[in-house]
Amino acid sequence: MKSKRKTDKFRIIFRFLKGNIRFLVGTLVFSVLFTACNALIPQIVKYTADHILVLDGIPDGLNVRQALLLAAILVVAAAVLSGIFNYLSKMCLAKGSENFLKSIRDTLYHHTQYLPFSWHVQHQTGEIIQRCTSDVEVIRNFVCRQLPEVFRICFLIILYLGIMFSMNVPITLAAAAFFPVIIGYSAFFHSRIGKRFQDADEAEGALSSTVQENLTGVRVVRAFGREKYEIDRFDQKNNAYSDLWVYLGKLMSVFWASGDLITNLQVLMVMVLGVVFAVEGRITLGEFIAFLSYNASLTWPVRSLGRIISDMSKAGVSMERVAYILEAEEEDATDANNKPALTGDICFRNVSFAYSLDHPILKNINFTIPAGSTFAILGTTGSGKSTMVHLLNRLYDLPEGCGSITIGGTDIRDIDRQYLRQNIGMVLQEPFLFSRTIRENIGITKEQLLDEEIRHAAEIACVDESILHFTDGYDTIVGERGVTLSGGQKQRVAIARMLMKQAPVLVFDDSLSAVDTETDNKIRKELKKEMEKATVIMISHRITSLMQADCIIVMDKGEIQQMGTHDQLIQQEGPYKDIYEIQMNSDIRLMEGGAVCE
Amino acid sequence: MRIEEKEYTKSIDLSIWKKIFPFLAPRKNTLIMVVLMNLLCSVVDIIMPLFQRHAIDSFIEKNTLSGLGGFILLYIAVIVFQMCTVICFTRGCMKIDVETGRDMKRALFVHLQKLSFSYYNATPVGYILSRVMNDVARITELIAWDVIDMLWAISYVVGVLVAMLFLNWKLALVIMMIVPAIAVLTWYFQNRILTWNRQVRKINSKITSGYNEGIMGAKTVKSLVVEEKNFGEFSAVTEEMRSASIKAARLNAIYIPMVAFFGFLATALVLDRGGIMVLDGRLDLGTLAAFTAYAVGIFEPIQRLAGILSQCISAQANIERVTSLLEEKPQVVDSPEVLEKYGDFFNPHKENWEPIKGDIEFEHVSFQYPDGKEEVLTDFNLKIPAGTNVAIVGETGAGKSTLVNLVCRFFEPTKGRILIDGRDYRERSQLWLHSNIGYVLQNPHLFSGTVMENIRYGRLDATDEEVKAAARAVHADEVAEKLDKGYDSDVGEGGDCLSTGEKQLLSFARAVLADPAIFVLDEATSSIDTKTEQLIQQATDKLLKGRTSFLIAHRLSTIRNADLILVVRDGKIVEQGRHLELLEKKGYYYQLVRQQFADEESRKVLR
Repeated sequence: MKSKRKTDKFRIIFRFLKGNIRFLVGTLVFSVLFTACNALIPQIVKYTADHILVLDGIPDGLNVRQALLLAAILVVAAAVLSGIFNYLSKMCLAKGSENFLKSIRDTLYHHTQYLPFSWHVQHQTGEIIQRCTSDVEVIRNFVCRQLPEVFRICFLIILYLGIMFSMNVPITLAAAAFFPVIIGYSAFFHSRIGKRFQDADEAEGALSSTVQENLTGVRVVRAFGREKYEIDRFDQKNNAYSDLWVYLGKLMSVFWASGDLITNLQVLMVMVLGVVFAVEGRITLGEFIAFLSYNASLTWPVRSLGRIISDMSKAGVSMERVAYILEAEEEDATDANNKPALTGDICFRNVSFAYSLDHPILKNINFTIPAGSTFAILGTTGSGKSTMVHLLNRLYDLPEGCGSITIGGTDIRDIDRQYLRQNIGMVLQEPFLFSRTIRENIGITKEQLLDEEIRHAAEIACVDESILHFTDGYDTIVGERGVTLSGGQKQRVAIARMLMKQAPVLVFDDSLSAVDTETDNKIRKELKKEMEKATVIMISHRITSLMQADCIIVMDKGEIQQMGTHDQLIQQEGPYKDIYEIQMNSDIRLMEGGAVCE
Repeated sequence: MRIEEKEYTKSIDLSIWKKIFPFLAPRKNTLIMVVLMNLLCSVVDIIMPLFQRHAIDSFIEKNTLSGLGGFILLYIAVIVFQMCTVICFTRGCMKIDVETGRDMKRALFVHLQKLSFSYYNATPVGYILSRVMNDVARITELIAWDVIDMLWAISYVVGVLVAMLFLNWKLALVIMMIVPAIAVLTWYFQNRILTWNRQVRKINSKITSGYNEGIMGAKTVKSLVVEEKNFGEFSAVTEEMRSASIKAARLNAIYIPMVAFFGFLATALVLDRGGIMVLDGRLDLGTLAAFTAYAVGIFEPIQRLAGILSQCISAQANIERVTSLLEEKPQVVDSPEVLEKYGDFFNPHKENWEPIKGDIEFEHVSFQYPDGKEEVLTDFNLKIPAGTNVAIVGETGAGKSTLVNLVCRFFEPTKGRILIDGRDYRERSQLWLHSNIGYVLQNPHLFSGTVMENIRYGRLDATDEEVKAAARAVHADEVAEKLDKGYDSDVGEGGDCLSTGEKQLLSFARAVLADPAIFVLDEATSSIDTKTEQLIQQATDKLLKGRTSFLIAHRLSTIRNADLILVVRDGKIVEQGRHLELLEKKGYYYQLVRQQFADEESRKVLR
């Protein structure tokens, strides 16, 4: 079980690396070449010291000065090559990792868009977004920074140690003996201190939310005159956070300083051994200098290796968290070609539905909405009315054996999902507007935005005037980074947006609740004129909004309590009549002051 | 808008940096210590290559091992000394970073407690929070680590140059020719890299908000079938990100090898020029080796120097954001005389506080919001005797809270006076007034902590028994008992673990405990279950008795029982009177209440 999950989480990396293999290979090859060029330079210095400067072994046909110049030119040449390879490896890495990142981001976005609505309901928005951003960042670090770096360092160690071995085995062995100690010490420290860093992060989070609470609750703080109390609370968190960091500083100072000490001791040992061997004539002066310079080039990479290794362990969790999203199944595409005209009657037959087993939402619902008619549903939150709408546009699919919903005789589960939704215009009670201009919001379903069309839709939805009142008119940006619209304005913009779809079926899910009665009437009249042939489903608790419908049902606790036209229903005893009387005669009751159930 | 980003300046502006001196002053001693340690550190770093020189010249060249013991001891002494300086220096830097940050955050927080609501209304919480947390962290980190690092770099570079001049001035001059080239190069690239990095960060926030919309608006996206369109737009942003990141990476990929190249160029020059000198006998081999070490070693500090300098320039924006918040003037302030008599919120002189009765009078009050276009109150007069219940009704967004804001002195009248117990409230301190006000919000705000702590917020010295009694008085004890740890249960961040109704009951208890003479209630509009609603109704009745109160009312029963109803439309008071009088007028109130009543009643039938 556990091993299976492991392969899964690494599979996502390979999946996104596909197509970027050449960059990956390029990064590795060029970084090997780059390291090799760097390794050449101490060799040239060594040759200079051992041969040119002692006038022994100067290449034929050159005098000493020319030989020195040649050495210098070789150093420059090696430096140029190393620079070019370094550039190439960095660019390969950048291209590969940015492609990798883009494909993860795009895939995640695309995938979340097609995950079933039920999945979205079950998961917290903040949590999903965090996985798509922070966790992806951790994975990127792992794949694009830590892995290549570990590879480069390992190659560097092998190459340099190899060269050093070829010069002198005992000194190299002594030098290399320190490396496991340095790597181990650093890895140990970083994994131990990790907990402290977490504590500090948590303390920072606590401090930050204390400030945030104070800012959002500023009215309460002022109204109770609790400024001093708040400052005391803040001080406590602020000090706790600071103390943790001071403590961390102490730990780190010891770690860094002792790391320096160990490294320097290693350098000392290499130097002393080198001196002894050189004096004994077992190595040349040039080799001594080269030795020290190779050794010095190894110390930092070796020290950072320990830290990288302990950091890399964090990536596994993030990979699992991202894989969790990617492994969730998208909405299944049903018979992509089945796109019948949706202008027929809408039929609910024996429809029962529950989100969870023990809590039925709809119980055996039956009704038919003739094509082109207006159908009204009266009900409150929890009566099951919104569930019916969710089922109709297949945000949820009706399970087998729970009845059927048909349009023009075709079961909607056999109709292409996207096609179905395109042909059902729906407006929600609390509509979601995208943070872009009003024009773009209204025309979101269109490829091209024609001013006339958009204004026409806005006029029908009685929102044209309000939009023109904004300084930027239709170019006003709404949403999180723009103007905040009132509930009624949002609802009307959403209606205009829906109208652009020109759908044969329109659903208003309590979507005029924040609009006053007068405007409500006006909008419905305009709509009727504009969308003569459309089948309209209207959910509301306002009798005036519903009374002209061809058929009205009253929903309660998942069942249809009453069904009929307005005239029929006001003749019957029942909730419809009660509500009608309340709403029609409310002024009388207001005067009497008796109708309130207290 | 306050949140517009300032243009980034291109040079160091000392007047900006001066503003943070007060925060560094208390840590003068640590600063001096750190700078000193830094200097010592760089001296050690300069000495290190000399060991190698000595090893070559005194042992290898002379072919002897005598004196090696002393050499080892000296080396160990130096590295132990270096270890000590690193420890002191690291701790010192951390101390400066953390303590400066702590003080800055505190100063911001204390200042925020004084700023007026007009500031809060115009500034998103996230923006303020980011000033307090992120900007401060960036500034102190830069000062404590980077600026001090810069001092190290300067002293190291100067020291190495001196050492090289001392060892062999001709060779030193050869290397020094390269220094300006590296400085210019770094300067050029760092500025560009920073600009691109800023660009990348900007695009990154676009990506986050893209996810945000796609996921929060999932239902809308699905029913409009705009998945592909949104994906196309998102994909364009990630493409933008990809190309910007690659551009930033390219600059880096050119810059780093170029700097390294100059290091090698210096080595080559040393090899060529120095080699000749060695041959002529003007230079010994050990010094040549030391020179190669310096030649490579000097470039990293130069590189860092220029890098830090350009970061300092970009950090000026952070400093300006922080200091401009600190310089923001509170609009409601107590006069010096008032502060003298009544004290501030750190030292309230409670012995001078008069008891309050609760008479409130608006006397020729005109008012205009600081960011508003027109007066919302003009020459408004109203006498509210102690114990009166005033209901304020009107549509959402009509400006119902204006009167409450004025009474609570969250805002002050632009003209005229507000008298409490016959005296202009500006003659007394804000804290005096606020200590006598109870306030329950529509979306009640609780603080993370236990139920007990939240109720006690009303009166900090209340005993557990008193807290419980207050809770019982408004039936909030039922809320506490339902939770698994009773009064010690955590309410979650902002009270998230509780429903709106439960939060309201707790905030009623909080207000009861404060036992205020003036009570302000903004009734909840969101649906609350019948049982809680009844409890709230009873609690309201209890709280209102005998207190001057202002109710932003949504429920008819509350409105009907009010002594005075003020009807607000488009920010102005259009009608006032008692319930029946207003109904008979058949004006705006009649329309408004009728609609509200019908909705309320219909919901009850269907429930």
